[in-house]
Amino acid sequence: MAGRLGDFLRIVISRLWSARWLIAGAIVALAGLAASSGATVSSVLLAVLFVVAVAALAPRRDGLGRTERVADAGRTPFDAITAEHLAASVSDPLVICDARGSVVYANKPAANAFSALNEGTSLILRFRAPEMQDLIGGLLSQGKGGSIDYAERLPVERWFRVTASPIGQAGGFFVLVFKDQSETRRIDRMRADFIANASHELRTPLASVSGFIETLRGPARNDPAAREQFLQIMQNQTARMARLIDDLLSLSRLETKPFLNPADRLDLRPLIDGVIDALSPLAKESGVRIERDFGEGAAIVAGNRDELIQVFENLLENACKYGQSGGRVLVSIDRAASGYDGMLDVAVRDFGPGIPEEHIPRLTERFYRVDVETSRGQKGTGLGLAIVKHILTRHNARLTIRSKPGEGSTFTVHFPQA
Amino acid sequence: MPTHHIVSAFDEELKYLANRIAAMGGHAERMVDQAVFALVNSDHGLARQVVANDEFLDIGQREIDEKAIVIIARRQPMADDLREIIGAIRISGDLERVGDLGKNIAKRVVAVTEARQPVRLFRGIESLAELALTQLKDVLDTYASRSIDRIGFVRDRDDQIDAMYTSLFRELLTYMMEDPRNITACTHLLFCAKNIERIGDHATNIAETVYYIVTGAQMPAERPKEDKSHKVTAQATAAADPS
Repeated sequence: MAGRLGDFLRIVISRLWSARWLIAGAIVALAGLAASSGATVSSVLLAVLFVVAVAALAPRRDGLGRTERVADAGRTPFDAITAEHLAASVSDPLVICDARGSVVYANKPAANAFSALNEGTSLILRFRAPEMQDLIGGLLSQGKGGSIDYAERLPVERWFRVTASPIGQAGGFFVLVFKDQSETRRIDRMRADFIANASHELRTPLASVSGFIETLRGPARNDPAAREQFLQIMQNQTARMARLIDDLLSLSRLETKPFLNPADRLDLRPLIDGVIDALSPLAKESGVRIERDFGEGAAIVAGNRDELIQVFENLLENACKYGQSGGRVLVSIDRAASGYDGMLDVAVRDFGPGIPEEHIPRLTERFYRVDVETSRGQKGTGLGLAIVKHILTRHNARLTIRSKPGEGSTFTVHFPQA
Repeated sequence: MPTHHIVSAFDEELKYLANRIAAMGGHAERMVDQAVFALVNSDHGLARQVVANDEFLDIGQREIDEKAIVIIARRQPMADDLREIIGAIRISGDLERVGDLGKNIAKRVVAVTEARQPVRLFRGIESLAELALTQLKDVLDTYASRSIDRIGFVRDRDDQIDAMYTSLFRELLTYMMEDPRNITACTHLLFCAKNIERIGDHATNIAETVYYIVTGAQMPAERPKEDKSHKVTAQATAAADPS
């Protein structure tokens, strides 16, 4: 009730306010009329009150209201959509820039795909590849659209088909749409890489197997003891080839995945616990005790569960194999540690013989081995850390390796704080 | 550059400088990338193309120098405008050097790939180049965005590049000792590695210049010098890095 009264009062006041000049004019006219005709004060007041009451209460329908209503009737919900809504719902990276080439709007996929792309960033400064320079230059100076192929090599190789065009007729704004073509390109690349790597790395075990077959058919034909021994070696070699192919495939598969900043948030504690449990047979076999120092509370990072499991599996497996002599492996989580602000560090430390300094920077290269014989003996493929590095790059995380001969090695993963 | 001057032509001139730097940066990145690709895949045609492309950077640097001098003479800039201009001169110098180093790598392609080399020789060079290119890209991105909060990583990576270079030096030395026939290729590769390491140094220089442009202060002076290749010897004979 009080609300309706309030509404009523508000309408009355607004009507009076909008008619104030008219009312003032009427009052002046009435007063003038009263002065000249000699009417009584009360009758003049009555007339004034009547004018005010009409102004306040009489229903009014002005022209403005009518046009608005007409416009309302013609406007569908579609008209209420702004360009920004539209740009935000495009799933490809899309960037809108003004006539100076500064970014006005970059949708979410664009922000995910390209680092250092904020509002106000100059496109010419950000996309420096010669083709992009030509495209953007032509767009800004002559309003000429077009499309080109553009490759962003780092941090992960990606290819885009970039289409640039002016928005609307008036000009002043331009749009760049990036169509990710990495997948098809990467599959081609994967095939080539796989063949190159596989042929190179499989040749050694294959040569050894075929050598033993020759021996078995020739000189060792009637020697059961040698036959048994050779067959054992051949089995080891074929197992190695199988592992190699597995690792190569998993690396290639990782490389074909689209580059996305992983959005899932997950707790590293249970994840690492799971990995440690899974590796306990291996740890027992190598006589290594895995200790944990996880500190208090959860350790949340943004990441892909399966990929991170593989990271810690590879790191812990290495620690168990190569740090065997130390007898223990320490996994620790350190929040807000080290010199980098806001990093969450997970360290895997072994107490084995350590790694000579000159090898440390190269450990994450494919097929790089500190000691080929030891690595083969431990059933290494030379790809474990390459896989780790690749996954971490996709997670915006980094791997640092510290080691002193005789004191063991520490592999630390620095995650950006989620 | 969000600054607005009363004379809008001045803004245009500053913008022109920045855009030229970006174009040079893109070319330099492309040249190094292609030179290393040509080296690894023994692509002589691409190598020749890289050598020819270097001219763009020379012209770019000359143009920036001239333009900068004209601006200084005509506008008498102060404070951040002046830093912007001086920074552009310095960065263009660094980028021109990066181009020269890339060109030098491309020139060696023919000599290295005369005979078919084993892949293992190139793996190290490839990952060293990747590090240096990441450095260059991050630094030029910082120039574009003018946000210097990530600049600490530059130092870190410079460290990594130096360590990687030292390790590569050692590895190539080993190959030379194993088989004298490797010496030609490995010596050229050694120079390529040195060039790439220098590209990383130039990128670090650019980072320092960007820091100076943005803040007006020098970057905190703790330049790591982890390149230990001058200490690497081949057993008794002192085969040290000549540089």
